[in-house]
Amino acid sequence: MPAVSKGDGMRGLAVFISDIRNCKSKEAEIKRINKELANIRSKFKGDKALDGYSKKKYVCKLLFIFLLGHDIDFGHMEAVNLLSSNKYTEKQIGYLFISVLVNSNSELIRLINNAIKNDLASRNPTFMCLALHCIANVGSREMGEAFAADIPRILVAGDSMDSVKQSAALCLLRLYKASPDLVPMGEWTARVVHLLNDQHMGVVTAAVSLITCLCKKNPDDFKTCISLAVSRLSRIVSSASTDLQDYTYYFVPAPWLSVKLLRLLQCYPPPEDAAVKGRLVECLETVLNKAQEPPKSKKVQHSNAKNAILFETISLIIHYDSEPNLLVRACNQLGQFLQHRETNLRYLALESMCTLASSEFSHEAVKTHIETVINALKTERDVSVRQRAVDLLYAMCDRSNAPQIVAEMLSYLETADYSIREEIVLKVAILAEKYAVDYTWYVDTILNLIRIAGDYVSEEVWYRVIQIVINRDDVQGYAAKTVFEALQAPACHENLVKVGGYILGEFGNLIAGDPRSSPLIQFNLLHSKFHLCSVPTRALLLSTYIKFVNLFPEVKPTIQDVLRSDSQLRNADVELQQRAVEYLRLSTVASTDILATVLEEMPPFPERESSILAKLKKKKGPSTVTDLEDTKRERSVDVNGGPEPAPASTSAMSTPSPSADLLGLGAAPPAPAGPPPSSGGGGLLVDVFSDSASVVAPLAPGSEDNFARFVCKNNGVLFENQLLQIGLKSEFRQNLGRMFIFYGNKTSTQFLNFTPTLICSDDLQPNLNLQTKPVDPTVEGGAQVQQVVNIECVSDFTEAPVLNIQFRYGGTFQNVSVQLPITLNKFFQPTEMASQDFFQRWKQLSNPQQEVQNIFKAKHPMDTEVTKAKIIGFGSALLEEVDPNPANFVGAGIIHTKTTQIGCLLRLEPNLQAQMYRLTLRTSKEAVSQRLCELLSAQF
Amino acid sequence: MIGGLFIYNHKGEVLISRVYRDDIGSQAADSAVFSSSGPFLGERLGGSVRNAVDAFRVNVIHARQQVRSPVTNIARTSFFHVKRSNIWLAAVTKQNVNAAMVFEFLYKMCDVMAAYFGKISEENIKNNFVLIYELLDEILDFGYPQNSETGALKTFITQQGIKSQHQTKEEQSQITSQVTGQIGWRREGIKYRRNELFLDVLESVNLLMSPQGQVLSAHVSGRVVMKSYLSGMPECKFGMNDKIVIEKQGKGTADETSKSGKQSIAIDDCTFHQCVRLSKFDSERSISFIPPDGEFELMRYRTTKDIILPFRVIPLVREVGRTKLEVKVVIKSNFKPSLLAQKIEVRIPTPLNTSGVQVICMKGKAKYKASENAIVWKIKRMAGMKESQISAEIELLPTNDKKKWARPPISMNFEVPFAPSGLKVRYLKVFEPKLNYSDHDVIKWVRYIGRSGIYETRC
Repeated sequence: MPAVSKGDGMRGLAVFISDIRNCKSKEAEIKRINKELANIRSKFKGDKALDGYSKKKYVCKLLFIFLLGHDIDFGHMEAVNLLSSNKYTEKQIGYLFISVLVNSNSELIRLINNAIKNDLASRNPTFMCLALHCIANVGSREMGEAFAADIPRILVAGDSMDSVKQSAALCLLRLYKASPDLVPMGEWTARVVHLLNDQHMGVVTAAVSLITCLCKKNPDDFKTCISLAVSRLSRIVSSASTDLQDYTYYFVPAPWLSVKLLRLLQCYPPPEDAAVKGRLVECLETVLNKAQEPPKSKKVQHSNAKNAILFETISLIIHYDSEPNLLVRACNQLGQFLQHRETNLRYLALESMCTLASSEFSHEAVKTHIETVINALKTERDVSVRQRAVDLLYAMCDRSNAPQIVAEMLSYLETADYSIREEIVLKVAILAEKYAVDYTWYVDTILNLIRIAGDYVSEEVWYRVIQIVINRDDVQGYAAKTVFEALQAPACHENLVKVGGYILGEFGNLIAGDPRSSPLIQFNLLHSKFHLCSVPTRALLLSTYIKFVNLFPEVKPTIQDVLRSDSQLRNADVELQQRAVEYLRLSTVASTDILATVLEEMPPFPERESSILAKLKKKKGPSTVTDLEDTKRERSVDVNGGPEPAPASTSAMSTPSPSADLLGLGAAPPAPAGPPPSSGGGGLLVDVFSDSASVVAPLAPGSEDNFARFVCKNNGVLFENQLLQIGLKSEFRQNLGRMFIFYGNKTSTQFLNFTPTLICSDDLQPNLNLQTKPVDPTVEGGAQVQQVVNIECVSDFTEAPVLNIQFRYGGTFQNVSVQLPITLNKFFQPTEMASQDFFQRWKQLSNPQQEVQNIFKAKHPMDTEVTKAKIIGFGSALLEEVDPNPANFVGAGIIHTKTTQIGCLLRLEPNLQAQMYRLTLRTSKEAVSQRLCELLSAQF
Repeated sequence: MIGGLFIYNHKGEVLISRVYRDDIGSQAADSAVFSSSGPFLGERLGGSVRNAVDAFRVNVIHARQQVRSPVTNIARTSFFHVKRSNIWLAAVTKQNVNAAMVFEFLYKMCDVMAAYFGKISEENIKNNFVLIYELLDEILDFGYPQNSETGALKTFITQQGIKSQHQTKEEQSQITSQVTGQIGWRREGIKYRRNELFLDVLESVNLLMSPQGQVLSAHVSGRVVMKSYLSGMPECKFGMNDKIVIEKQGKGTADETSKSGKQSIAIDDCTFHQCVRLSKFDSERSISFIPPDGEFELMRYRTTKDIILPFRVIPLVREVGRTKLEVKVVIKSNFKPSLLAQKIEVRIPTPLNTSGVQVICMKGKAKYKASENAIVWKIKRMAGMKESQISAEIELLPTNDKKKWARPPISMNFEVPFAPSGLKVRYLKVFEPKLNYSDHDVIKWVRYIGRSGIYETRC
């Protein structure tokens, strides 16, 4: 770009800025700005035309004032005028002003677009660049629409300068990211790929960015880029550090371009062409070799650039996952970083190793670093790095090193950060289960886990222990013994009490032979914990007691005493009370046989996916863990292909809690709050309304569709956005009706000043009576409030009332309006009648005003059953065998209003060939016929 | 109880810092500073106080949004501040103090400083910092306000050096007995050859008027300032046309009521100088006192009824198309033709997109001040029952902003030689039983000045 010559500086601007800087107080600054603004206004107003220099100066001042935080509402025209100047500086300031201050003002946009178009068409490369930069900076949809077609042309034109191509590529990238649909794919795409061969490194860098973005959408269109990228990469990698002149950064040739090329290659599978592949592998090897070379400079930039390329190379190697040699080398390379001084490098090394560990080729290589990683876990200062170390340990774990890794993780857990404890607990639980050779070890580990970090042990973990213990006969005795010993600790976690209660209840008999753990001692031990536990645990313990009654008849009186005590029989908690009463009764009434049947040992659980794994996946988000888990799982099947719960199925079926199955602890899952989600989710809206308090918002988009759906049904979701859900439940009888409106707050913050109002237009007012009570103005987050509307239909009506809801959410005012689906047909009472009667009445209503007929095209598939349902839902009776043509539908009913009753007859004749309907309505009142016809026609 | 008092300049640098209690600037204030200005370690012993100082600077003086509340609570520490030109005075406390008391003290503090060295400015404060510390030691004791009567203070805190031999023991003991005595504001043995007193009734009148001339709100806040040069310990009694007093007397003589009935005014509320005997005011509604020597503010009051509005502003704004605005403003003076109003200034706001202004006025000078977005019209003098007008053509620059101009009110400043509330001084009697002068020998001067407060008319 041409440098700004010294004489070109704007003195007035400099003086103004220094004035502002020297202002002692805010008031003084505002005064100075007001004065300047008045001056500029008078200058712009002046009749004599300003020369380019002063225009530029004033526009510059305006820009400066705007950047200080003041509103600028004029000067746009002058800025646009500057665009047509031939001087670089003037044009530049004009574009700058527009990039910063443009708003979607229709007339100006047109002028600006015109100026940009002129500049794009000019042969002057700097002007073209300015125009391209402006398009990219603004990046609005309007600009995209205007120029999306031109820019690819400039990009691939043979005679474009390098700098213009560079700008065009980046501008196109910006437009593509802003609105992908606007950028047309065409024959230029093929030619873009060839930009990778361009002489100019800048163009190549820009083009790679563009291609990387584009090829994610259409990988096939850009397939040819692979070989070009590989050859370009190999040329860079093999070049000496001095070859690339301007593009060598601290002795590293073109680091940014290399990284981008490597990223581009990661969008595709390994190249099929052997030659290309060979060349690529050679490149990757060179990079790895270079990483071993002593650094050419001590500067941090040098090593940063080198490492950036190295890590990107390793990502590519991992992505290909097909070159064992390279994978192992990458792993060794990373191993060197594990103890590097730089925290960032350690982090990256651990992260990359995590992915390497999941590859079959490098898994063993990763395992060699186990000591270092464990050491990192213990000594690392940065918590995020420790987190990665945990991830890596988890990833590198297999049957051979599981005991060691699990032990290390357990010992680390005692000192681990609270933020990652739960995750570690889950990981330990999974590893212990997956790689358990000896289930006594598994039980020990989990009990240890509960002891060390009981609070972080989620339900799933202890459910899983119980599942496994029950499913495996060989550990049951050991488990009972261990649990019994663990329970003897003076303070033990509630989760341990749960596990202990369950296991002793099932398998307490296995250790009852030992006098140290006689039934009575077992019972007393459990009961000593009873009073310290929460209600669900106590409930579980009560079930354990009744199981004891079955297992050990000798403790029956003791247990009965306990159950009979007031603290159980008259417990305030209904669940506990019920259990106490029922178990007590069961123990006294039932014979031993019955008891033995009822309280039989639990049957083995069906095999299913580990619920813990599902939980970990949920915690981590699907993308990161799933791949790893899937690959691990495949591997673990052959490594650990025992009979135990191999997680073979990948179905995400959620495991119901075993205790719920057995004990009915949790009863039914809590009923979902709010009305059932709507069936036609597509048309629902996501909209935030304007801030005007007094004005009723326009009807929410999509509510028309919803409204139509409610013509034939009474319940469902009327409206839903990100904040609010409105559900309806209504019933109608004769001319009266009642509607329950449910307002659900979908957010976690409360709504304030929540005021729903029903608005009836003047025409509607006399015909429809609506009565309702105001609702509580505060709606808590996640809560639902209900409003009842009593409806009385006085006379027939056509419009529908509008429900307007205003509330304050966070700091903003929300205003939503929806039509309330109270339509005339709701007051229908069906009437059954015979064929004769029908035709007799049909003829009676032969007055031309009484009949309304509508012929219309079917909007939905023409299904007889659906149509029948709709007619019945509409309110009228469906009369079978009335019409001589069986394909036709005939209905009759009476509309009840307070003043009159209106008889209605309808006939619907479908024409399947033409996909048309003919609907005829005859009622005693013209307006009613008209309205019903409208309502019903919209349904088919 | 005030924990400490700081004086800052406009940059937030501390000029004066006096700490009375240790509780301020503890950890709580630390956190406020930490959060806003990064780590700050109070390494010195006084480090914790520094934090309170910094907390105020960061959160009030340098706040991104202008702080409008005079009381700011930062981390359970309260900062009460007043601003005089570029100087901030902040009283700091951690306790639940009477805020009115603190502000009264701060105002008093300003008065005292003004009485000692004139205008409160950074330079004056820097030049007199020793004096200010001396004053602070005297008028605040462990955070409790003490005698802040300028007259009394001046007897023992002086700006000149004091040579001990000049001040006799007798004088010193006299000062002690006065300061600790019942009448702390006046010393005994004052002698004047001419016994003189001056009474100033200073009022400021506030108004908001609709374009049609309807009064939307109006009130007068006034002060009675007295300057006394009287010998001995005179007992004074001040009388004015307070409605309650007049009516009380009126019961005796119906004749007098009819004479002065219209003249009396209803005072909404008033406060007195500490020398006024409040018990007497409560029981008899008479204002009697032994005045301090020199100048002091005898009372403050506020009225809202029957206010004489000295000026009426009649605005006329006409928009001619999108690019022009015609403004005509007429002002009418509404008082006796013999009186002269002074320093009249009318401020007519202009729209934000003004690009040029032409003004024609018959009297005074008018000018468009771009930096304030207003036309300022100044008239030196204007007699009562006159009127004058200004007309202006304002050219506008068309903008792409659809926002309408908010039309701020036209405001006005003036000074008139009467009390807009209608207050009249009826008498000020002086009794000095011990010395040989009587009420008739005292020369008394009374002056009324009415000034504009916020005097606005919507247009």
